[in-house]
Amino acid sequence: MAIDTLPHANGVIGAVVPRIDGPLKTTGTARYAVDHDFPGLVHAVAVQSTIGKGRIRSLDTSAAEAAPGVLLVLHHGNLHGAYRLFPHVQEGTISEARPPFDDDKIYYWGQYIALVVAETLEQARAGAAAIRVEYDAETPDVRTDLSEGFTGQRESSWRRGDPDKALATAPIVVDETYSTPTETHNPMEMHGTVAVWQGDRVTLYECSQGVVNHRMVMAQVLGIPVENVRVVSRFIGSGFGGKLFPWPQSTLAAVAARQLNRPVKLSVDRRMMFTGVGHRPRTQQRIRLGATPDGKLTAIRHDFYTETSINDDFVEHCGEQTPFLYSCPNLEVSTAMVRRNVGAPAPMRGPGAVPGLFALESAMDELAIKLNMDPLELRLKNDAERDEGTNKPFSSRHLKECYLTGAEKIGWKQRTPQVGSMKRDGKVIGWGLAGASWAAARIPCTATVELTTRGRVAVRCATQDIGTGTYTIFAQVMQARTGVSMDRIDVFLGDTSLPEGPTSGGSMATSAVLPAATNAVNQAVDRLLHIATLVSDSPFKGAKAESLALSEGRIHAKDRPASSGVAFEDVLRMANLSGITGEGKTNPSWEDPKAREYSLHSFGAHFAEVEWEPEIARIRVSRIFSIFDCGRIINKGAGANQILGAAVMGVGMALFEETVHDPRTGQPINGSFADYLVATSADLPDLDVTFLDYPDYIVNEYGARGIGEIGMAGVAPAITAAVYHATGVRVRNLPIRIEDLLQSKIREA
Amino acid sequence: MQTFQYVKASGIEKALASGGSGKFIAGGTTLVDLMKLSVETPSTLVDINPLPLNKIEKLPNGGLRIGAMVRNSDLAWNEDVQKSYAVLSQALLSGASPQLRNMATTGGNLMQRTRCAYFREPSAGIPGGYGCNKRTPGTGCAAMDGYNRVHAILGTSDHCIATHPSDMCVAMAALEAVIHVEGPKGKRTIAFEDFHKLPGDTPQIENALEPGELITHVDLPKPVDGARSVYLKLRDRASYEFALASAAVVVHVEGGHVRYARVAMGGVGTKPWRSHEAEHALTGKPADAHAFRAAAEAALAKAKPRQDNGFKVELAKRCIVRSLKLATA
Ligand SMILES: Cc1cc2nc3c(=O)[nH]c(=O)nc-3n(C[C@H](O)[C@H](O)[C@H](O)COP(=O)(O)OP(=O)(O)OC[C@H]3O[C@@H](n4cnc5c(N)ncnc54)[C@H](O)[C@@H]3O)c2cc1C
Ligand code: SF4
Repeated sequence: MAIDTLPHANGVIGAVVPRIDGPLKTTGTARYAVDHDFPGLVHAVAVQSTIGKGRIRSLDTSAAEAAPGVLLVLHHGNLHGAYRLFPHVQEGTISEARPPFDDDKIYYWGQYIALVVAETLEQARAGAAAIRVEYDAETPDVRTDLSEGFTGQRESSWRRGDPDKALATAPIVVDETYSTPTETHNPMEMHGTVAVWQGDRVTLYECSQGVVNHRMVMAQVLGIPVENVRVVSRFIGSGFGGKLFPWPQSTLAAVAARQLNRPVKLSVDRRMMFTGVGHRPRTQQRIRLGATPDGKLTAIRHDFYTETSINDDFVEHCGEQTPFLYSCPNLEVSTAMVRRNVGAPAPMRGPGAVPGLFALESAMDELAIKLNMDPLELRLKNDAERDEGTNKPFSSRHLKECYLTGAEKIGWKQRTPQVGSMKRDGKVIGWGLAGASWAAARIPCTATVELTTRGRVAVRCATQDIGTGTYTIFAQVMQARTGVSMDRIDVFLGDTSLPEGPTSGGSMATSAVLPAATNAVNQAVDRLLHIATLVSDSPFKGAKAESLALSEGRIHAKDRPASSGVAFEDVLRMANLSGITGEGKTNPSWEDPKAREYSLHSFGAHFAEVEWEPEIARIRVSRIFSIFDCGRIINKGAGANQILGAAVMGVGMALFEETVHDPRTGQPINGSFADYLVATSADLPDLDVTFLDYPDYIVNEYGARGIGEIGMAGVAPAITAAVYHATGVRVRNLPIRIEDLLQSKIREA
Repeated sequence: MQTFQYVKASGIEKALASGGSGKFIAGGTTLVDLMKLSVETPSTLVDINPLPLNKIEKLPNGGLRIGAMVRNSDLAWNEDVQKSYAVLSQALLSGASPQLRNMATTGGNLMQRTRCAYFREPSAGIPGGYGCNKRTPGTGCAAMDGYNRVHAILGTSDHCIATHPSDMCVAMAALEAVIHVEGPKGKRTIAFEDFHKLPGDTPQIENALEPGELITHVDLPKPVDGARSVYLKLRDRASYEFALASAAVVVHVEGGHVRYARVAMGGVGTKPWRSHEAEHALTGKPADAHAFRAAAEAALAKAKPRQDNGFKVELAKRCIVRSLKLATA
């Protein structure tokens, strides 16, 4: 692993800063949702349907109810007080529109059909196992060809010029269909809720990527005022998008706890992670590219299907990057949403872009081969100077430099284009590249800062750290402005009792929290300096506040060193103040007239190398160079960690990940960690990350965009391009399988 | 999981006395997993961890005696095993993860059960659940026309196509190990090839153990003079996955000709798959690519793939060819 940054760095902003929450996590003292325990707490276990479609004919709960320790059995016949939330109509976003146990109908395998609450977890499990269900089962529709049975209306989301005419007359055309399978989020921490009522108020300990949204949703679901709901998610064992919006276990825990008037804990186990808590849906994408013989794009059509559940309208926006990644006069992107008997999909790291760019970038590689042109040259030749989708200039786009830097790093000049022509250590090697992009925006945020008489700086915001380093970003801003050491900075996140903060999604948390935190600390410091000029014992009494500064935690004259001044807490004491506060706010970029003039996006490129042993059809990814243009990087350690982690997930997507549904029952049949393969350490290539680090001041004053998701886009198509280069096999349906590789005509290295 | 009694066996006799009514538990890595899935529902667990069966000893005849309680990692890193039975060490180290290998035992590994996802489904073999003849004879086989990418292509029957998942056993098959057992009726030995059973129309019967019989140790014969051995495992990812195809070979080449060959395969058979056909095809032949491919063809001649596992036929052939190449290089 290597991390390289090109220009800039400025003290604590832009440095490699260790996570301030690291020690809590590595010593096991960080408390995650289901680590919470309370006197009288009882345990709930959900029962899941074992059919994929149909209805419950009978549900016999008598044995469960009579089982030792069982306190409550809930099901569609007796559950009350779980209200429906109409997504896109009501405020707040929920994952699964249908409330749990709404009726006797089954829409997907693993749907919750009953809940057993007992004194101990073992008793609840035994109770759950004692429930007898009979079904009227129908054959679920889990067909993997998404064009089958589509009766809806295809929606055109982008169109310019006349793509059909341009395709009909293009001298060179690529017309291929690509598919990506269902992929399941598998964060370390599984979903879970602990619900605690006090009178008509409830506190929910959750693993939520958005506590504010979670509160808004649960208030409506439970039919209580929003002030009566508190959601706490201080630590999250990652989410990858699966924890953005509430799932039914949150409703069930809260309803059961209300009914029993006891705290209830409900955890989702690893098998359940494959059913009722989201996944990246299957996509099937037809790409048509038209080009001139010298490689100028004349037309792009990107027509895709995305799978969703029966009850939820979820679209994987595969075509989001297509209108602006390349310069091309004629273009159309269209979407078709196809219903299957599967659980509700959810955003998963780089939703839309990751599968979408797999298709588009694969087609670009195929076009380069048709043109007999270097795929790098094809990218450079068609690079867009302006966003041709919205017809706005980019706030900052350095994709060409990403490509050129990556080419330099891997030594692209030495690449020989013929399939199987490059060899090393008795193996064939293949090289491939692909581009990446992801939207940037500044989403609203509020924060407060308090400088306390104990010499500490406290910052508060109801956003959350999903493992990406948000705690540390806040601390960095505090330190940069006050000079107070990290061990005297307290960051409070993940609790709706704090000032409203953003959902940790869309890679937009960092760019959202920076202005609010900065404004808040600025206001607190301004007030502090003003007070220093007023208090009678203060050495600065009568001075002008503008002539003072705060650094190293000390108030001093601007033209003199910090050591000449006074610790800020001493001034607070002189003023007999327990502390001084400041409030800050981030205004959204869509309300900012300047930002609205620009297209805000991050860019990047991956260069992948694979090693191919034809005799045993073994492919391994050996190196990936990732070059990213994501604005200014605030914490180079956590930032690189995001790109590295995303590259690892990209390797998994390319080579392993696929949730397979049994065609007869609709069950995710490989729903375990032994059977659903993700990349292991032994599968990891050498990873090398470079940040171009050009600040984008249109997004915020720090020039920071986001980096959480973009790193996964482009990995899979870079790998499939490298696989083609090594083996001559073009994999259009992920993941790449040994079955595909056995077709290679290269039989010896 | 269902409630169960727990008995600690202080000695072999105690173990045998209580074994009839329950299940032995060694490392627990298969058994506890299957209990959580309700596949195994023993009323009593007889803990055999205290038994004095955790030694690896040289035998007077030049062979090696491996206690049933020897952990997979200890066996893999044992000097004699690494030197004289490299195929076994390599097979063990290709299996599972270090944590699992630290728990897993020789006896437990011999007895591990299939990874067929239908078999592992809690409701398999009961009304309303998937058909599974291994779970409940006569209920059918959901894998036959289900998702069967990891299933067997050799030794299958109309009743079951489940793969035997072990790596260790494949090496032991090629080494012609002998299994020693002790039961209520006394001690006996079982040749490795006779230990695991083909599914036939009784897929629920997986091995030759009688009820209550305890595996005490496994003997490896004296290493074949001049032979070299290799285990090669092919799978999607680089680690922590069961074999899609594997091969254990023991070969002795003299004067450019194969004098001795033992070939076994994993990931493709309903039991650890010894291929006498491949051995015949090799013995006496020049040790070259042609003979290796002929051996591979012979080994897979009777393969019967289903919908999703056809690729295993070619993959297994390549696996055999490559491991023979490595062993004779
Ligand atoms: C996630 C995972 C991945 C794995 N990957 C691999 C892999 O890649 N390759 C591979 O080969 N294996 C793999 N395994 C399987 C592993 O090797 C076995 O689980 C292990 O060898 C079993 O040994 P144990 O001592 O834990 O057996 P236990 O679980 O204790 O027992 C298993 C069975 O054997 C019986 N038994 C145990 N000892 C005796 C005895 N002395 N006499 C009679 N009966 C006995 C028990 O009653 C039980 O029925 C994997 C397992 C897991 C969970
Ligand atoms: S292959 Fe064997 S174990 Fe699997 S479902 Fe069929 S009968 Fe059961």
